[in-house]
Amino acid sequence: MRMLRAGRWITAIALVLLAGVYVRALGYTPVERSQGLAQKIFYLHVPAAIWAEMAMIFVGLASIFYLFLKDPRLDRFAEASAETGTIFAAIVLTTGPIWGKPIWGTWWSWDARLTLTLFLFLLYVGYLLLRGAVTDPAMRARYAAVLGICGMVLVPFVHLSVYLFRTLHPMPIVLKPSAPSLPASMLLTWLLSLGVFTLLYVGFVVQRYALSYLREQLEAVGEGELGHA
Amino acid sequence: MPLPDSLRHAWYVARKDLLVEFRSRTAILAAAAFVVLVLVVFNFGRDPTAVSNVDLAPSILWVTFTFAAMLALNRAFQLELENQAIDGLLLAPIGRSSIYLGKLIANLVFVATIEIIGVPLLALFFNIRILPIIGPLTGVIALATVGFVAVGTLFSAMTVRTRFAELLLPVLLLPFMIPPLIWAVLATSRLMADRPLSEIGGWLKMLAAYDIVFIGVAILLFPATVNE
Amino acid sequence: MLRAEGLYHSFGRVRALDDVSFTVNPGQTLAVFGPNGAGKTTLLKVLAGLIQPQRGHAHVDGGRRAIGWIGHQPQLYGQLTVNENLRFWASLYDTRPASDLLARLGLEEHAQRPVRALSRGLVQRVAIARALVHDPRVLLLDEPFTGLDRIAAEALSRLLSQHAAGGRATVLVTHNVEEGTELATDVAFMRNGRFVHFAPRSGRDASEIAEEYRHAVA
Repeated sequence: MRMLRAGRWITAIALVLLAGVYVRALGYTPVERSQGLAQKIFYLHVPAAIWAEMAMIFVGLASIFYLFLKDPRLDRFAEASAETGTIFAAIVLTTGPIWGKPIWGTWWSWDARLTLTLFLFLLYVGYLLLRGAVTDPAMRARYAAVLGICGMVLVPFVHLSVYLFRTLHPMPIVLKPSAPSLPASMLLTWLLSLGVFTLLYVGFVVQRYALSYLREQLEAVGEGELGHA
Repeated sequence: MPLPDSLRHAWYVARKDLLVEFRSRTAILAAAAFVVLVLVVFNFGRDPTAVSNVDLAPSILWVTFTFAAMLALNRAFQLELENQAIDGLLLAPIGRSSIYLGKLIANLVFVATIEIIGVPLLALFFNIRILPIIGPLTGVIALATVGFVAVGTLFSAMTVRTRFAELLLPVLLLPFMIPPLIWAVLATSRLMADRPLSEIGGWLKMLAAYDIVFIGVAILLFPATVNE
Repeated sequence: MLRAEGLYHSFGRVRALDDVSFTVNPGQTLAVFGPNGAGKTTLLKVLAGLIQPQRGHAHVDGGRRAIGWIGHQPQLYGQLTVNENLRFWASLYDTRPASDLLARLGLEEHAQRPVRALSRGLVQRVAIARALVHDPRVLLLDEPFTGLDRIAAEALSRLLSQHAAGGRATVLVTHNVEEGTELATDVAFMRNGRFVHFAPRSGRDASEIAEEYRHAVA
């Protein structure tokens, strides 16, 4: 219960800070010349995209360690990270079209990056569906770990596709080999936003982890009462 | 030349699967009929004046193969669960990797059979000259097929023991099929447009990398899908 | 020939094996009796190496190659013939089925028939042949007599005595005290993952053991 409360606090603080970031973004950061106000969504879109992908990598790493150590805590963490990744992927997929309509003139374009976030989202959905389709906890954890590791291995291939596929997408402007081509104030706002999303990820994961722990406890008690123990 | 033990055992498992399939023939016939039907439906669903055959054919080819492969993959481990024969395989003094490779080989033969039926039909229905490009086309099809069948074989070992197996496998597998499919479609369309072979070298390398990585990952992970 | 030391394994909160230790020597047949859910099948799976125990370890001379298994399911492919099934399973052990194997089980005339077309009793006999196809030194039997018809049960009893006479070991688990008692040299009772009784049979017959079982387990 302490953990659940801690998770709620972290999430609440992150949401307040996110509001703060947007006050800064709308009030104190210059309006981008060619894209206008639509560019403001970038402070939400890009950090969410980064964490949607990072969450998959954490799922994969936790899964590798789970297969060696068989520690149920790792499995719970992988599940929590996947659920959080799903939310972030959903944010990317919603904010993408909102930005795309004024800039590209179309809600959805089969742009490689957006498409591949869609695959990331489908990957998460598959992962969570697989978890739902297996009843035995040990089997569920093993199967989920196998899929989680495969998902992590798929991510670099997805990236390779991005650069080989023609794309309408703005090329990465922050994480690129040369110096970031972004005005300093925008970069600062963006970095703040990335920090806030990191906090948001932690808050969500802690909450989901605590909830799945409580659910397991409840199931164990239920089993005991039914005399299966 | 004698094969290493693990490959020999894999071949025994594959040979047994193929013998079972040859006896019943239902799955392969269903898949072949499916391929014909899909190609016919596509033929009616297109506007030949708007898009030329050569532009459309690569996508149709790969969509057809994708769904036909799904039909094939669900079958591999159902066979083993029927009489709990999988326990006998796990108990036998053969490596887990031999079981996986055996299933992979059988699935590849199965999907290749469907593809051998599908390619000439595509050439016939859509009036595409296949013969001049048959060598490189076979290479593209082989590399792409190996990749997604390798992942699909691993996943089907899991989904077959879950509820909604037939539905769950495509949902899990499709995101993994997309990258090799994109590369295969691009390479196929270059070939059918009579572009020089050097243009598809990049796609072939990507497909080969995908195959190597995922066969390796699948061999490492397969024991986790069958061990208790 | 077969040794278990301090085996412990649990599924969640359920203790399937709790500090189980025993040895089975060549020529011995251990019969383990216990109610459903006592951990009998888990014990066999641990001995066979299908489950890695959480504590303790099991050792079988000769490893997996030496083990023959008869379980609830026949582990056969319905579309393949009796011969094809036996040849396949033998090939995994790098051997061929013994020429007299089918004769010993009265299956000669059915060799070319697909298993799917056989009656239940015949399928069970093929399953026994399957378990013996690589001439195993250790037999692990999970409720082997359940559902067998008379001919199959007699054939199994005969084969098990031959097996023991050849200096080989057998572990048989069942919930039915009437079954297999006559073949056992040693008897164990199992409850909640523990051996609550483990001793040589020393002349006790099925009814005497059934009486003791009721006191120890029920």
